[in-house]
Amino acid sequence: MRLSWRTARLVERRAQTATARTLVLTVPDWPGHLAGQHVDVRLTADDGYQAVRSYSLAAPPDADRIELGVQTVESGEVSPYLADELPVGADVEVRGPLGNWFVWRPEETRPALLVAGGSGVVPLAAMIRAHGRAGTAGPLTLLYSARTPDDVWYRDDLDGGGERLDVRYVYTRRAPLGSVRPPGRVARADLDQAVARLVKDSPVFVCGPTAFVETVSDALVDLGCSPDAIRTERFG
Amino acid sequence: MTDDLTHMDGNCLAGPLSEILAVEPTAAWWRCPQCGRSGTLAQLHVYGPEPGMTAVCPGCAYIALRLVKEEDHVWLALGSGTSAVRFRTA
Repeated sequence: MRLSWRTARLVERRAQTATARTLVLTVPDWPGHLAGQHVDVRLTADDGYQAVRSYSLAAPPDADRIELGVQTVESGEVSPYLADELPVGADVEVRGPLGNWFVWRPEETRPALLVAGGSGVVPLAAMIRAHGRAGTAGPLTLLYSARTPDDVWYRDDLDGGGERLDVRYVYTRRAPLGSVRPPGRVARADLDQAVARLVKDSPVFVCGPTAFVETVSDALVDLGCSPDAIRTERFG
Repeated sequence: MTDDLTHMDGNCLAGPLSEILAVEPTAAWWRCPQCGRSGTLAQLHVYGPEPGMTAVCPGCAYIALRLVKEEDHVWLALGSGTSAVRFRTA
């Protein structure tokens, strides 16, 4: 495969939340990618020091434009710089697309479940957007755990998905006024409702912090999901 | 497996392994010689990335592979032994 590093230019930055950004980059001759794949981003300092980090692609391919989701990690070496300091018009290097297992394909006709913990929603948003373009794909359910309503990424995409996209929010710290569900971590009852539309061997994608992914995937197996049908991505 | 270190998973091996493998590796099949669990490389638990990446069986923590990157080389060790292969990448 021997993917080479390509020059990528930052062309647009959008705030998703107070600490999360969408970065749009142009990469000449980008070969395209599948929803769920990621790229490695390499930054080189003036003294030659290099840092490499992985970021999920947040949208399906759009010619040579790619969209990354970057969550600022406090005291992080790379994410605060990428999120807020790298000037629009500046170049970085990217390698990808990477990963061929944590992917949703548009020819998938079975209903699928996506479970996001915090910024784990990024690769799942790419799946939702690819799904929106693929008219014949099976319906999607997204169970999205966020701290508060202010921490939700991609709200417009998620709330405008129509009948083929069922989005369920779980707020862990503060729920909107009038919300029936009290704030709290994803519980068995939340997952029980989310799996209702699935069929045998329906694909399930879980992405988030490691502890979240472990808890959710164990609970899904308890609810009858096949371990072989559950695909996970942890970001530490 | 319980520990204090946070692990990632084998999805993050895709970039580093692309430097030395011709085929996309995260969907590759692997079977643990210790506990018999099988799955894809993406499902391994991975510690690192510094000083190197160590990928272990999610069931019993048996070492599946280790990967260390140097400036001009990548070292790859399969399994828990001391045998390792050094690839020139620069």
